[in-house]
Amino acid sequence: MKLALSESDAAFRDELRRFFTTEIPADLRERMKAGHPVFPDDIITSQRILNAAGLAVPNWPVEWGGKDWTPLQQQIWLDEMQLAGVPEPLAFNAKMVGPVIAQFGSQELKQRFLPPTANLDIWWCQGFSEPEAGSDLASLRTTAVRDGDTYVVNGQKTWTTLGQHADWIFLLARTDPNAPKRQAGISFLLAEMSTPGITLRPIKLIDGGYEVNEVFFEDVRIPADQLVGQENQGWTYAKFLLGNERTGIARIGVTKLWMAQIKERAAQVTVNGKPLLADPLFAARVAEIENGLLALELTQMRVTGSDTDGKPNPASSILKLRGSQLQQAATELFVEVAGPDALPFDADLDSPSWAQDAAPRYLNYRKTSIYGGTNEIQRSIIASTILGL
Amino acid sequence: MDFDLTEEQQLLRDVAKDVFSRDDITKLNEVTSGDPGWRRDVWGQLAEIGILGLGFEPDEAGQIEIMVVQTEIGRHLAPEPVAQAALVPGGLIAELGSDTQKEILAAVAGGQTLLAFAHTEPGARTPDVAVATQARDSGDGWTLTGRKNPVLAGDSADLVVVSAALPDGGTGLFLVDAATVQRTSYRTFDGRRGAQLVFDNTPAEPLGDGGDAGEHIARAVIRLSSALCAEAVGAMDEALRLTTEYLGSRKQFGVPLSTFQTLTQRAADMYVSLELARSMNFYAAMSIADGRYDPLIAARAKLQIGRSGRHIAQEAIQMHGGIGITAEYPVAHYAARLTAIDNTLGTADDQLRTLTARIGDYEVVSL
Repeated sequence: MKLALSESDAAFRDELRRFFTTEIPADLRERMKAGHPVFPDDIITSQRILNAAGLAVPNWPVEWGGKDWTPLQQQIWLDEMQLAGVPEPLAFNAKMVGPVIAQFGSQELKQRFLPPTANLDIWWCQGFSEPEAGSDLASLRTTAVRDGDTYVVNGQKTWTTLGQHADWIFLLARTDPNAPKRQAGISFLLAEMSTPGITLRPIKLIDGGYEVNEVFFEDVRIPADQLVGQENQGWTYAKFLLGNERTGIARIGVTKLWMAQIKERAAQVTVNGKPLLADPLFAARVAEIENGLLALELTQMRVTGSDTDGKPNPASSILKLRGSQLQQAATELFVEVAGPDALPFDADLDSPSWAQDAAPRYLNYRKTSIYGGTNEIQRSIIASTILGL
Repeated sequence: MDFDLTEEQQLLRDVAKDVFSRDDITKLNEVTSGDPGWRRDVWGQLAEIGILGLGFEPDEAGQIEIMVVQTEIGRHLAPEPVAQAALVPGGLIAELGSDTQKEILAAVAGGQTLLAFAHTEPGARTPDVAVATQARDSGDGWTLTGRKNPVLAGDSADLVVVSAALPDGGTGLFLVDAATVQRTSYRTFDGRRGAQLVFDNTPAEPLGDGGDAGEHIARAVIRLSSALCAEAVGAMDEALRLTTEYLGSRKQFGVPLSTFQTLTQRAADMYVSLELARSMNFYAAMSIADGRYDPLIAARAKLQIGRSGRHIAQEAIQMHGGIGITAEYPVAHYAARLTAIDNTLGTADDQLRTLTARIGDYEVVSL
């Protein structure tokens, strides 16, 4: 057992730290840290700089731009990126559809899609959830019927994050309604958002923002060569994708940065004549969350270190479960620090903008225990897969 | 960075498991209600294997090995005071003792001599290096006056390593023959043993060259804290294993309890608590093994172990139902031991106080 990084891993970290803090524009990173990146420009700018340096998709196979890094090096890359305020490469591209195409797609699909996906020349969005298929994703109803060289798709997807910026969508659709198991009749398709019959309807969230959408498919003709892998094998690919989605979802680096911001602001707020940060009740909440972050960071090191042959470790459910709780606890603490300054919304006042952001963000971040498999789903995975219950 | 045990450490774990897993709860209850409250034959076996001298030669073994053994102690509810009567006070003699004093260590490692580390004093929630017990040099030797409690394993100690305030400042360490001390022995609520020791101009021998030993005392406390964290993780691990086993076998309403999601979801939360505790336990032991004796790290680990231990103990009992609070079934014993560990060297909230005092010292929290 050894806690310290090896000399080479420490050098690796230092080089990434240098890269992230010097090659990604400072103003972009400041906007990111403040929680107000310019969408989609900042995300695209950042990912293209990373990609030019070969740092956008280290988790992919080497021939498509991957790095063959150890799990620890991947973790260092992610942590340093978050701590520097660099936006992560777009998850739909880098963590979701890219690895699926690389693993299961034909050579033609790889050549066609992987380079522009890594460079964010294509912005992907996800068409998985449906109004009647949330946690029970396999009950999805969107259908794809083969007709010559195309699939005709009908149905509705929802919770499609950042779909308003998307060029393409990857989706699950039922291709065999008579399959003996409902999981067995699902296929994984790729569609251009401009295809006739696809319409997008924004869903406004409680924070006033617009990040998710409904996507409607009405007799949409998708060329059959945009099927990934084999027909009716989509569920296998979806499980692979969801397993990847869960790693790195703990966002420990981001929450650490938030805690530092919370302390900085609490030091300037006065309660009973002294700084809020010195108040025992408040300070205990800070210390408890910070401790939780370190415990989770160590757990993440253990989990990533134990990954074998690319199969997701069921213990990664801990990372999703606990990581979301800590993100939510931090967003709650921002609201606490803001106090009455949290009430004005989008107001032209001299009250600080972080305080005006606090409550909307707190409400928005209730999403973290819902997306990527709800925390109840994570507990079910732990109970069945790890505890054998 | 590496979280794996070496082959030798795995072997040590397996041997320790063999020794400690010998008796069931009925037998353990007999042992802990008699005297000395633990098994002399097990002590002999531990001596033979070399466990009672772990860390005396730091090049041969260290805190990782101690952690491995303590985890098995916790898992099997072993009442033998390995850290309290041998490793922690012995470690101080190994660090500071004169050549003559170090000769004691052979008898400690051999199981013949029992030690105790008398540092904590009444009223001290978390052990501070500064103490109220006074050391005086009368010209023809040192004497100590003061009161130490709780002294873990102080009931059976032959020799006690005692901390005391030095006349010119600082805290020194002394060896005292336990037979010369006024000793009130007791059983703790979890079936372990301790004593209050009262010193009244009691003759004492400075450890090594004498003088301020504050740094060494702090290190001994950090080592003990890590050892207790490891014991707690073993206890939590087994408490959860028993609980999941019970959920799978116990039937109510004609079906196993594991068919009730309200129980399995909570069992999953227990697993999360366990793994977070295990991670912080590794953190504490690995830091010491790297030579980082940091009270902040010790507090971080013990806070998580306290929180997880409370959670797992309560849920393990609740999911077992009434059997969970009987003496004839192991689960409540784990709960008792976890509670006792939380109240030793500072509760979870005491650790939190240590941490809150430092949150302004850094911006981004890091390992």
